Amino acid sequence: MSLLEVSGISVTFDGFRAINNLSFSIGPAELRAIIGPNGAGKTTFMDIVTGKTRPDEGRVLWGEKSVNLLKLNEAQIARAGIGRKFQRPTVFEDQSVAENLMMALKAARSPWKVLFWRPTRAHHFRVEALAREVGLGDQLDRKSGELSHGQKQWLEIGMLLAQEPRLLLVDEPAAGMTLAEREQTTALLVELAKSHAVVVVEHDMDFVRRLDCRVTVLHEGSVLAEGSLDHVTSNRQVIEVYLGR
Amino acid sequence: MRRLFLALAAGMILALPALPVAAQQAPAPTQTTTPTAPISRPTSGLAAVLAENAAAIAKPSRQTIGPVIAAIGAAGPGAPEFLEAWADRRVGQRADGRFVLLAPAPEGYALSDPATGQALGTAPKSEITELKPNSGVRGLIASALVEFQLNDPDPAKRRAALDALARNGGPEHIAPLRAAIETEPDAAIRAAKERLEGLLTIRHGSDPARRIAAIEGFGSDLGLDLRGALNPLLATTRRAFAGAPEGNIAAELTPGRGDFDAEAAYALLVAQDMAPARLTRAALRAALEAHIVEGKVGGIPVAELDDPARRDAAYAALETAGLVPPAATDDEVAAAVVAHRYADLYAEPDAAVTDAARAALHGIETTVGAMQVADLALDALSLGSIYFLAAIGLAITFGVMRVINMAHGEFITMGAYTGYVVQTWISDYTISILVALPLAFAVTFGAGVAMERLVIRHLYKRPLETLLATFGISIALQQIFKNVFGTQARPLTSPGWLDGALMLNDVVSISYIRIAIFVLALIFLGIFLWIMTRTRLGLEVRAVTQNPSMAASMGINPDRINMLTFGLGSGIAGIAGVAIGLFAKVTSELGSDHIVQSFMTVVVGGVGNIWGTLAGATLIGSLQKGIEWLNPSNTLAAQTYMILFIIFFIQFRPRGIIALKGRAAGD
Amino acid sequence: MKPGFLAKNPSVLSFLLVLAIFTLAVTLMSEAYGAGLVSTSMVKTLGKTLTLCLIAIAMDLIWGYTGILSLGHFAFFGLGGYMVGMWLMYARTREIVVSSAAGALPMTPQELQDAIATQIFGVVGTSELPAVWAFAGSLPAQLALVVLVPGVLAFVFGWFAFKSRVTGVYLSILTQAMTLALSLYLFQNDSGLRGNNGLSGLQNIPGLDGVGQDALSVWFLWASALALGLGYLLAHFVVSGKFGSVIRGIRDDEARVRFLGYSVENYKLFVFTLTAIIAAIAGALYYPQAGIINPAEIAPIASIYLAVWVAIGGRGRLYGAVIGAAFVSLVSTWFTGGRAPDLPLGFYTIKWVDWWSVLLGLSFVLVTLFAPKGIAGIADWLQGLRPPRRGGAPLGPGDGSLQEKEALE
Repeated sequence: MSLLEVSGISVTFDGFRAINNLSFSIGPAELRAIIGPNGAGKTTFMDIVTGKTRPDEGRVLWGEKSVNLLKLNEAQIARAGIGRKFQRPTVFEDQSVAENLMMALKAARSPWKVLFWRPTRAHHFRVEALAREVGLGDQLDRKSGELSHGQKQWLEIGMLLAQEPRLLLVDEPAAGMTLAEREQTTALLVELAKSHAVVVVEHDMDFVRRLDCRVTVLHEGSVLAEGSLDHVTSNRQVIEVYLGR
Repeated sequence: MRRLFLALAAGMILALPALPVAAQQAPAPTQTTTPTAPISRPTSGLAAVLAENAAAIAKPSRQTIGPVIAAIGAAGPGAPEFLEAWADRRVGQRADGRFVLLAPAPEGYALSDPATGQALGTAPKSEITELKPNSGVRGLIASALVEFQLNDPDPAKRRAALDALARNGGPEHIAPLRAAIETEPDAAIRAAKERLEGLLTIRHGSDPARRIAAIEGFGSDLGLDLRGALNPLLATTRRAFAGAPEGNIAAELTPGRGDFDAEAAYALLVAQDMAPARLTRAALRAALEAHIVEGKVGGIPVAELDDPARRDAAYAALETAGLVPPAATDDEVAAAVVAHRYADLYAEPDAAVTDAARAALHGIETTVGAMQVADLALDALSLGSIYFLAAIGLAITFGVMRVINMAHGEFITMGAYTGYVVQTWISDYTISILVALPLAFAVTFGAGVAMERLVIRHLYKRPLETLLATFGISIALQQIFKNVFGTQARPLTSPGWLDGALMLNDVVSISYIRIAIFVLALIFLGIFLWIMTRTRLGLEVRAVTQNPSMAASMGINPDRINMLTFGLGSGIAGIAGVAIGLFAKVTSELGSDHIVQSFMTVVVGGVGNIWGTLAGATLIGSLQKGIEWLNPSNTLAAQTYMILFIIFFIQFRPRGIIALKGRAAGD
Repeated sequence: MKPGFLAKNPSVLSFLLVLAIFTLAVTLMSEAYGAGLVSTSMVKTLGKTLTLCLIAIAMDLIWGYTGILSLGHFAFFGLGGYMVGMWLMYARTREIVVSSAAGALPMTPQELQDAIATQIFGVVGTSELPAVWAFAGSLPAQLALVVLVPGVLAFVFGWFAFKSRVTGVYLSILTQAMTLALSLYLFQNDSGLRGNNGLSGLQNIPGLDGVGQDALSVWFLWASALALGLGYLLAHFVVSGKFGSVIRGIRDDEARVRFLGYSVENYKLFVFTLTAIIAAIAGALYYPQAGIINPAEIAPIASIYLAVWVAIGGRGRLYGAVIGAAFVSLVSTWFTGGRAPDLPLGFYTIKWVDWWSVLLGLSFVLVTLFAPKGIAGIADWLQGLRPPRRGGAPLGPGDGSLQEKEALE
């Protein structure tokens, strides 16, 4: 039983085949790392799952009811329970940490309901708890634009958690983080994967090794190998792709 | 080419003197059956003929005068003048029996000899018997005159006669015209004669078979004269009939179908006195007001008469009292409408002729429709090239630099005013335009570069702020133009050789100035493509467009490229201003009148691609012309619908006709 | 609204206070109710200015907060004016027709309507009442249309524009095109709204013949002040909560908002329609004070001027929009009214009637370049607030996102 089932998707940009007959699936409580060289199609894959890019062919099915994600737009996909953290931290820089987290907090999303929505005490507690969890407990009133690069990364992870998604797509979470922060991130992701599906896209092999999970290797838009890190790193083709040429 | 021309000229020189000779010497066929037919050979001069037939001329009768007129007509020099004068009652008979031409003189008449034109002194009125031919005779004379003119040795006179006949030819002219065809030596005039004969036959002919043959002989000729001859045949009048419709029925009508409703049917009955008129609201009101008695009409208080039903009741009461004439009730109207039949009747009684005319007109309309489409396409093309000229500079700045320049319209105006100023210095229009074009480019190039340096450079990547800042410049410039040049339109005159239009046939034509603008647009397309694909500047511009930081690291100075690009776009706007100023009024609002269309062109065409701008301009030009064609009375509505279409179009192609694809386009 | 809302938002309270004091002061100085220090035409100008402040608030909501540079809000303003103008003109003409009726019989409804139609439409050569005037006889219906017509137009246009994800300058040009289409349509004689003659005589309120213009002008001032106050409260309510967070998020980075699960299109549509309705209400209050409306008022340039006011006042702050609209429109009236003294330069005398537009245009460029915060920036300067140091980077990738200099640390 898988939470997300991607089968046979392909997408072409101006004749360049970014994704080529790619299939992928992940269960409801699983941690998965996706690795691959530049241009392997990692980000495009995430774009397709989150609705930013439409594939030319293939299917993307979601959840127990096998909802066709290709029929939904980005916002609907996000509401269905897929959260995404971008490669470059993207937070709302003109707004405070608390506002950023409050916006991400799981609640009704329609304009009317949001217009009359006012935070209760419980919501404030939840925001404070989240901020503490990502190490921004004392920064709630600061504008997020003033935060350091790493703090923005953490804020974005906090926003991802606030959404309470069932599937987390995390693009290079460790970029720009200190060693200690990386370990903290690893722990957080491993902990999350006990109840959520987590897909981590990462370049850094050490980081992936610490995650200790199944690894999918992408190359030229399709899956080259899949299995434990040791398994894939011993794969001849993978070695060729990473080290060859 | 040159040899052909020489041969043509030689042929003309040879033909010219030959023509009158041929006309004189060609023996006319002997025909004495019809009184108007020419006599084969003059017995002698005009004087002899006149003397021979003196009695008949002095007291002409319609039955017998025919051969005499024919004889005079064939009598040689002086005959046409004599016939003309005779018909105009300017011929008199002297006491000695000699016929003289009369002209008013103080002491009676000035006389002259009909044959020689020699003056014969004056004579008091009492000594002259004026000839007064009746209208029948005058008609015969006129026909003979026509025949004479149609056979005149001078081709110009023959043509003039044909033109006169084309304007007001009648049934009596058909026979002389037919007779004059055979003897015609000039092929072109002969064709014209044959054509006119056909037209006259269609209009006035008496033999249906011949008329139908004439109609069919034209095929689907496009001439306005043919349509002018055919259309009256198909004119209809609408009539109501108590029984079955009679006459040449174009269509029988049923009330309530099409635009012929019961109301119109009844109006027709009233117009033909077949039914009494209905009571209008105004008449009802007047009748009621005329019969107010003690605040009541027909027993109903005046205060209640704001209700139409009460008014009807009051009128009915007056009617029963016999105070007002009875008016048709609704039931009577309905019954009368049902009891009659209605039809459109042709004025022409012969059904075979109207059928042939309808078929011919249908064929003509199809051809005319196709020609109109072609004409419309030409119009659309020229409008499209104006939009293209206005938009190309915008496309460069918007497409290449992502800068929206709201002052682009003012740059166009600036170009037009430059042209105006140059014309105040140089009076020769051709030279002044040739000077104005590069000067306008230079002026607006400078203005563009200045604007880029001072304002736009600081706002890169802030498109909305650029839009607003350039708008500020736009209002300032527009007001400065107003202050300097005033609010009234300034003339920018095109050279004489651009006046007039190229006529392809009666339907399709295009003015030379529009051709010139089309050519100018093509030249700009060429120059732009040349700069972008063949020059170093174009290469650098493309590099900066695609990846500014990479281009910078390759040693290209993006600042300089942006400045030059912006200057180029602005300079083209200036040249477009001169071109647009040639046919539009040069006012301070010239540019802003074109700016929205220019934006639309760029947006519809797709950003960053010159072919897109071309496609957008063509699309918008054709659209505007097409909508104007569908609704010719209202150009404002055409623009409204065009903009609505564009808003709708953007739904389906948000990035324009020719859109950039791929990852780069999305971000 | 929760109790204590005003207490929690002192800026709203002080705004309402200033507005109330202003209204009271003008009333006490008016010819009708006070010392007569302020002429009736000045009261009208001030009343009109208040309605312009209201539409500036709408513009600030859509541009300053949501990042959509709409160049079409004056179209909604004009439509609101037309809707209320139809009733004013129809009812007023009916009064005139009834009072000057000739003939012995009372008029039937049809005759009355024909007479009114002849009066109103004689100028465009028709005597038929167009279908769009079906409700012109009823004030409540026409007031409902003030909200409905611009609201529906904005909704339909926005639905098309936002669903196809037209953004940035494209959207601005599209709104400009919509405005142009509307004004061209209204310029036609057969649009049913009297073509370029527009609607006139709107300053005469039917049924209030006994009330002079001096009193009416003060009443309209009160109505405009009330509308502005309520509009300010509404706008503040909209931008203060999570909704405000979301729309500011859309302004700075709409893709990110989408990935949080908010359907950006619906939010834009909501704000676009809401602000169109606010603009229409402002227009419905403006034109009875102006007395005349014609299609030229709807031309795209008016909407661009609206953006100028908001930019000069300071976008992204509600009070900035109000200050900008009031300042620019009043100064503009002063300069173009011929009251500003000429400036002799020796070789040339600057007549401000001719040169005011140049000054406005150039100062607008300067504000955009050097003071994006506009007049409201002075308030920040007084409070010692500074923009963040971001090396020139704006606060988000969106076209409408705040500039570095517009933001606060």
